[in-house]
Amino acid sequence: MIALIDYKMGNLRSVAKALEAVGAEVTVTHEPAKLRRAQALVLPGVGAFSAGMSNLRKMKLITPIKEAIRAGKPFLGICLGAQLLFTESEEHGRHLGLGIIPGRVVKFRSALKIPHMGWNTITKVTSHKSQDISGLLNNIPDGAYFYFVHSYYVKPKKKDMVLALSEYGQKFAAVVGKDNTFGIQFHPEKSSELGLKILENFCRICGEIK
Amino acid sequence: MLAKRIIPCLDVKDGRVVKGINFLNLKDAGDPVEQAAIYSREGADEVVFLDITASFEHRDTMLKVVRRTAEKVFIPFTVGGGIRNLADIETILRNGADKVSINTAAVKNPQLIKRASRKFGNQCIVVAIDAKRKLQVTSHKSQVKKKNMGHETCNLQPAWEVYIYGGKKPTGIDAIQWAKQAEKLGAGEILLTSMDKDGTQSGYDLKLTRSISKSVRIPVIASGGAGKLEHLYAALSQGAADAVLAASIFHYGTYTVGQTKDYLARKGLTMRL
Repeated sequence: MIALIDYKMGNLRSVAKALEAVGAEVTVTHEPAKLRRAQALVLPGVGAFSAGMSNLRKMKLITPIKEAIRAGKPFLGICLGAQLLFTESEEHGRHLGLGIIPGRVVKFRSALKIPHMGWNTITKVTSHKSQDISGLLNNIPDGAYFYFVHSYYVKPKKKDMVLALSEYGQKFAAVVGKDNTFGIQFHPEKSSELGLKILENFCRICGEIK
Repeated sequence: MLAKRIIPCLDVKDGRVVKGINFLNLKDAGDPVEQAAIYSREGADEVVFLDITASFEHRDTMLKVVRRTAEKVFIPFTVGGGIRNLADIETILRNGADKVSINTAAVKNPQLIKRASRKFGNQCIVVAIDAKRKLQVTSHKSQVKKKNMGHETCNLQPAWEVYIYGGKKPTGIDAIQWAKQAEKLGAGEILLTSMDKDGTQSGYDLKLTRSISKSVRIPVIASGGAGKLEHLYAALSQGAADAVLAASIFHYGTYTVGQTKDYLARKGLTMRL
């Protein structure tokens, strides 16, 4: 059972449906007890960083999330959910995040249109060990397109936590990972077959599907 | 590289595709969900449903379409048509749409853009603009002040007026100014339809598209006038559009989305193939 964390940051329906489409059993919840019972956690979300953190705080979700990660449960943050894993964000001021992955969330400073919206390619960082171990990006070819919508991007302190890069005026981390915790900046649930492939890989990591 | 987007549009009335044509292996040509799934399989980057249902009692039918689409189609989709207020937007997003497109309601109440984008995020608020060209005589103000009337240079510059209520009512609002204001209020994208070109299949209004696209820093989707693949290319290159929307060329099977993207890629545009 994968718990999809409902912290009132956008619609979770498409993420739930995409996980179900690849064969996972999903529960959408904000109850700490249910989160503790789940094999794996997914933190989706669209919206502002500070609102996301404040909802997690208000709904008393920070402790169960950190406990799950500490226990080594597979954890996937998507879009805002990926950004919240970081130390801090500069979105509308300076805000502290969950602090699971050391690094910052910063704004694009290019002359290009913001938000970075649409389909862009990713390139896997092949030297990374945990990628090989986890298999999150198995069967994802370099140059594969995924659907992005964001104005801020994640900047991990340690380069070896970057599993895949994308480029928009500059290179930025599209997929990050630390042990069993992963963050995906794009929306796999909206990225057609290859997006579902990544979710399927995650479900394999969780043991949710064989 | 960020790809240019190809967006098929489906007109939906009472939960059914308007003028559904049976081609390919469609079980039900009238089912918008099945059509959207086929477009997605062909490589569409997004899908837009334009709900042209007149009566409000049939709105639930559209929501059912939205819910079913969210279960089956894993690319972003937008719902537009008849959205009046924050509650409408919330209902549509809650049922699984990724974006809503607002037109008349945004013109009548621009604060709706602000409130909606604050509440749901800029990325899901698309402001649709129906623009119609008018010839406007613009005179250089400085020269007018100098009373240099005799030598004043008068330029005939195109200008476009915003129409609402499905293109029935002129507003007197300049389309470029409105696009800029919409961006400022928090619109995540502009869906720009040329009323002069819509339905003609004679190509997008490139000047309009370019003027708007160069005036804002949010993505602009060009709409109205697609008849040939060259038209899509022109809108994305000369027109500087970030995406193109087309209904009939895909709907009537003139071109598949796949053929379209192959063509545009050969012309040198970045496409997700």
